Amino acid sequence: MNFFLLTVLKAVIIIFVLLTFCAYLTWIERKVLAHIQLRPGPYRVGPHGLLQPLSDVVKLITKEGVIPANANKVFYVLAPFLAVATALLSISVIPFGPEIEIFGIKTQMGLADLNASALLILAISSLGVYGIAIGGWASNSKYSLLGGLRSSAQMISYELPMALAIAAPLLIVNTLSFREMVAAQSGYWLGFIPKWNVFAGPFPQIFSFLFFLTAAFAETNRVPFDLPEAESELVAGFHTEYSSVNFAAFFTAEYANIVTICCVATLLFLGGWTPLWPAAYGSDYVPSVAFLAVAAVMLYHATQPLRFWDKYTYPVFGLIALVFAGAFQVPLLKPILIPLFWFAAKTLSLIFVFIWIRGTLPRFRYDQLMKFAWTFLFPVALVNLLITGLLVALT
Amino acid sequence: MDGLIFLTCAFIAVACATNLVLQTHPISSAISLVGVMVSLAVLYLLLGGEFIGFAQLIVYAGAIMVLFVFVIMLLNAGAERQYKRSVWVTVLGVPLLFGFLGLVAYFIQSRVPATDTVKFGAWTGGSARDFGRVLFSTYLLPFEVTSILILIAIVGAIVLAQKEID
Repeated sequence: MNFFLLTVLKAVIIIFVLLTFCAYLTWIERKVLAHIQLRPGPYRVGPHGLLQPLSDVVKLITKEGVIPANANKVFYVLAPFLAVATALLSISVIPFGPEIEIFGIKTQMGLADLNASALLILAISSLGVYGIAIGGWASNSKYSLLGGLRSSAQMISYELPMALAIAAPLLIVNTLSFREMVAAQSGYWLGFIPKWNVFAGPFPQIFSFLFFLTAAFAETNRVPFDLPEAESELVAGFHTEYSSVNFAAFFTAEYANIVTICCVATLLFLGGWTPLWPAAYGSDYVPSVAFLAVAAVMLYHATQPLRFWDKYTYPVFGLIALVFAGAFQVPLLKPILIPLFWFAAKTLSLIFVFIWIRGTLPRFRYDQLMKFAWTFLFPVALVNLLITGLLVALT
Repeated sequence: MDGLIFLTCAFIAVACATNLVLQTHPISSAISLVGVMVSLAVLYLLLGGEFIGFAQLIVYAGAIMVLFVFVIMLLNAGAERQYKRSVWVTVLGVPLLFGFLGLVAYFIQSRVPATDTVKFGAWTGGSARDFGRVLFSTYLLPFEVTSILILIAIVGAIVLAQKEID
């Protein structure tokens, strides 16, 4: 098939899935936070608030967009564009699965397969500061400006430990391409322990993984490092003056960045789409069993409806889960869906950790944040890189 | 296709560079410079300089220019004021500039043989692996000397910035 047509098709699919997922990530986040705090969370719009993101999107689009009177108009409008563009750009080099064949067409699961994908991710994440910094400055408000300044200082500082944490596993896999990285991490020690970089010899990258996650929290402006938008001090930080679609753009960029960084962590440290244990021990049946369990719970609750709509919603969702469980065993779909399942499972677990930490940890003070980056995280990541390099050179 | 991308990026680079000089506000100039850096990175990629292209993005567009923007925002520098230019500048400026550019173009045209034109994607030695190998073997001494030079600059900056202890 035409390369150009195929690329456009894949781009449309990836953007659609990513943006929809970003919208639903807000629902997931609100639900998880609510359950951590013993609340039900969004509940009114649709069953269990499932249509809440849709109504949020409609609300944000139909709202009036206000441009502050003394704002720098060009940069005020440019900033959300920059934020979204950089956030959506980096997803293009993430491979979601191995090379697949549908109706005789061979293609990669992923948009672009660069030789230096890891470098591109670093480059784009360092460009992501501009959207926030310019947005904060152009709003011409003291809270926005402080948020923008904090965010640029924080992102510059945490880029260093992040780059060092990425460099250590790169030494082990000896490549910059995500596809080759996953290939280097496939296989098992003693037949059952996966050769992921977190378990890899000669030096397990578990420390790099933790440093990377810590820096990722700061890069995506998440709790405990969400100083740029600390609502108790700065109202809403850099996007205080933004409303309507512009605000939605910043929000989308933030969630897209979380998704991308979790994908990168999965590829770098958790072996991408390789399963948790070999297919010989039945790892191919895990997705089906998981969806069957979901279907069983749904159908059980359908027999004991607590609310009026439960009689209809539970059986429908139970049947959908049953269809998914079956789809994983169809020979045509199996080579596509199983790697996708493992990739999504690992990425979603990491995203869950992001939300979990938001529900658990308090915010850092600003000087603590900087001190932590420069006097602890940076030296320790450097030592970790040196040890890894030495052991790789020796073996 | 390569030619089209080249022309687009070259145009963006020149337009941003012109805008950089014309703008009166420091932030606008800084952002234009970022535009120049990013389009240059694309040009490097087009020529096969994969590592250089990404290093350009990470170091110049991502680190140095962010610091520039940061400092401009921190100092809250306003738009610069326009003073009355002398008559000579207004009359001779633009013709002199074009004359100079024409001379440069003429010399390049006459010195470089026409057969030796640039081919997009013809060179494949630009990957991070090739680059590292060359940097740590052939150019080891210049590389180390440069890094020590930068280290001296950093130490100097810290000494200048530290508070005086009585």
